[in-house]
Amino acid sequence: MKDRQQVLSRTKTLKIDGHDVSGREDETILDVARENGIFIPTLCQLDGLSAHGGCRLCLVEVKGSSKLLPACVTHVAEGMEVVTNSERLIEYRRMIMELIFSEGNHVCAVCVVNGHCELQSLAQRIGMTHVTVPYLYPRRVVDASHERYALDRNRCILCTRCVRVCDEIEGAHTWDVSGRGIEARIVTDLNQPWGQSETCTSCGKCVNVCPTGALFEKGKAVAEMSKKRAFLPYLTLMREKRSK
Amino acid sequence: MIGDELIKIAQAEQAEKAQYPHHIHVCTGTPCLASRSDMVKQALEQELEQSGKARLCRVKGVGCKGLCAAGPLVSVEPDGILYQGVTPDDASVIVASLDSTPVKRLQCSLEMPFFKRQVKIVLENSGAIDPESIEDYIAADGYQALFHVLTMMTPAEVISQITKSGLRGRGGAGYPTGLKWSTVAKSHGERKFVICNADEGDPGAFMDRSVLESDPHRVIEGMAIAAYAIGASQGYLYVRAEYPLAVDRLKTAIRQAKKLGLLGENICGTPFSFNVDIRLGAGAFVCGEETALIASIEGKIGQPRPRPPYPAEHGLWGFPTLVNNVETFANVAPIIRKGAEWFSSIGNEKSKGTKVFSLAGRVVNNGLIEVPMGITLREIVFEIGAGIPDGRQFKAVQTGGPSGGCVPAQYLDMPVDYESLLEIGTYMGSGGMIVVDDTSSMVDVARYFMEFSMTESCGKCVPCRVGTAQMYNLLDSIAAGTATLEDLALLERLCDVVKHASLCGLGQGAPNPVISTLRYFRDEYLARIRQQEVV
Ligand SMILES: Cc1cc2nc3c(=O)[nH]c(=O)nc-3n(C[C@H](O)[C@H](O)[C@H](O)COP(=O)(O)O)c2cc1C
Ligand code: FES
Repeated sequence: MKDRQQVLSRTKTLKIDGHDVSGREDETILDVARENGIFIPTLCQLDGLSAHGGCRLCLVEVKGSSKLLPACVTHVAEGMEVVTNSERLIEYRRMIMELIFSEGNHVCAVCVVNGHCELQSLAQRIGMTHVTVPYLYPRRVVDASHERYALDRNRCILCTRCVRVCDEIEGAHTWDVSGRGIEARIVTDLNQPWGQSETCTSCGKCVNVCPTGALFEKGKAVAEMSKKRAFLPYLTLMREKRSK
Repeated sequence: MIGDELIKIAQAEQAEKAQYPHHIHVCTGTPCLASRSDMVKQALEQELEQSGKARLCRVKGVGCKGLCAAGPLVSVEPDGILYQGVTPDDASVIVASLDSTPVKRLQCSLEMPFFKRQVKIVLENSGAIDPESIEDYIAADGYQALFHVLTMMTPAEVISQITKSGLRGRGGAGYPTGLKWSTVAKSHGERKFVICNADEGDPGAFMDRSVLESDPHRVIEGMAIAAYAIGASQGYLYVRAEYPLAVDRLKTAIRQAKKLGLLGENICGTPFSFNVDIRLGAGAFVCGEETALIASIEGKIGQPRPRPPYPAEHGLWGFPTLVNNVETFANVAPIIRKGAEWFSSIGNEKSKGTKVFSLAGRVVNNGLIEVPMGITLREIVFEIGAGIPDGRQFKAVQTGGPSGGCVPAQYLDMPVDYESLLEIGTYMGSGGMIVVDDTSSMVDVARYFMEFSMTESCGKCVPCRVGTAQMYNLLDSIAAGTATLEDLALLERLCDVVKHASLCGLGQGAPNPVISTLRYFRDEYLARIRQQEVV
């Protein structure tokens, strides 16, 4: 009986886009929205990895808060009223997506993940038809020194999923972000070629969590590569069980 | 260390002082040192020695006197004579004048509004005591507040005093300090931490550096009182590595305080223990943001994380952590010593006490000033600052640095307080105040700050990382006269997105200089655009 009360007190009821929903206090707005089939766009977030909060696509309005809050890290609270689809949010998401496209050199037509790309399909889904901000056309270095994989920084959106999966799941911490601002880029070890990395275990987790064609398997031609992510929730679940 | 000992040290120091009829104070702040005040000090000492007056006069290095642009500054006490632009060659005339009339040629009037209009709480010891001598600080009532707090007050009483005083955070946003302390005090955690934010990265701002260089013990005392109030036993002073003198003086101060038992185990014979360590920042502006600062102390990459949870609940290594600015801590001891009522009688309704500003740009008196909250900008610029040089016209004051905005002439009579500044589209910030005259273009001012935000963006979130770069490019082409009206419209859309979608205060504040200059000086933008359309 006591147990049940504890569970109940930890359950929060809230409103998302006018729907009454409920969630546990350790769940985020994003978790609860997904459980209830409410779509919130995300890119940096990936189940099984720590939260990053960097892409800002999941921003939502919460009544009583003057600031927009990232759904991927904001925990639910009793009586919360969340809006995920206001005009303002839709406009911001589109602009953020355009900024992402303007920052790199995203040429879908020649990309290994064309048709299986999270960035591409999300851009379509949120209705981005063209890019209204000037393209920055950065010069970025490709690293093909690893025997099985390659990194094309032109397609990197700095979501840091590779950094997190390598550190948190594989435990190798081969990847990191170097530089700051618009100069930031991902590097292996202390900015050595990937092929010379002493920490990389060649497990390929980074390649599979990468939402774009930035990290890919060698030998795949245009549109040939799709990513396998099912391992992640499974691994994290197993670990949670073991640590209990 | 017990109370009697504090009094003994103070008395010994005063007795030592009383042996000399004259005291010469040489400013040894960074600006004066840069114009070789150390050599002036040496020359004065030599001259006293050679002229046999060494027993009549003591030479002391002191902290910043404020009028930095006129350095090296030297004062003769107790006569209250201030000399400016002193060179080592002037040592002989100054020493010769000790018992006769002051040296007119070098004298700087203390009657000028620059000195008269200031009210000093944070800077009360700056320029008066030797920052490298704990005895000098104790003789100026130093560590009395800490002793009083530890022996006579409960933590809750301390917090209540700070709350009553109306003190608000001087790091920028003006969050009520008492409220922050009580939140940390109430948060559960095996350990708690106090962090002093001395990362001061705003271009042109040097308030915190000056406080640390001139009166380091005041900040340490404030931190110790805060630690007692919230239940912390470890503190960190996060100082940017570009402030070597401040770091040296803090190290000396910490060592001295430990030696006298004012830091360490069982302070003042009570069960309270507190230690302070220095952590150096590598000079990234974003590391002044509290969550990035905490990550940096933890040895991680200096990037902010989404808040909540706030550091008050989940801070350094996951423990409840109090983060306050240097100037905030510097206000604590005087509030305890003189009372919350005294403090809240200074300032205006919602902003209490004083604020230190570094006054820079196109204004006659550049330097460090401390003024009561609620003073008008006109008084600051035209009285304390003595107006605009070379007969030029005032155009605007930029406050709040790269996250702030500008105040045009029509608002010169606005009181300087947190709310009023927000109302007109800028904000208090940490205390940078840059005066702009009619020779400068506001588009250039906006572009300058955007370049700063762009290069200082950490790169973690998309709106700030890409948005600041896009906005900078647009401002650059507007400045170059190659932009169209569509570009201007895009700039405004970007301002909106970056302000509201960025992860931390850096991105959220980055558009402000643009928004504010567009609000008051839109014609300057349009003038650059039309030129191009005519061509
Ligand atoms: C980009 C950025 C830079 C900051 N830099 C500083 C700084 O240099 N010094 C400081 O005290 N606060 C700085 N802050 C504010 C801190 O995050 C924090 O609010 C402050 O240290 C709290 O102290 P206070 O309550 O005493 O003002 C900065 C904030 C941002 C967003
Ligand atoms: S998914 Fe929430 S910020 Fe990226």
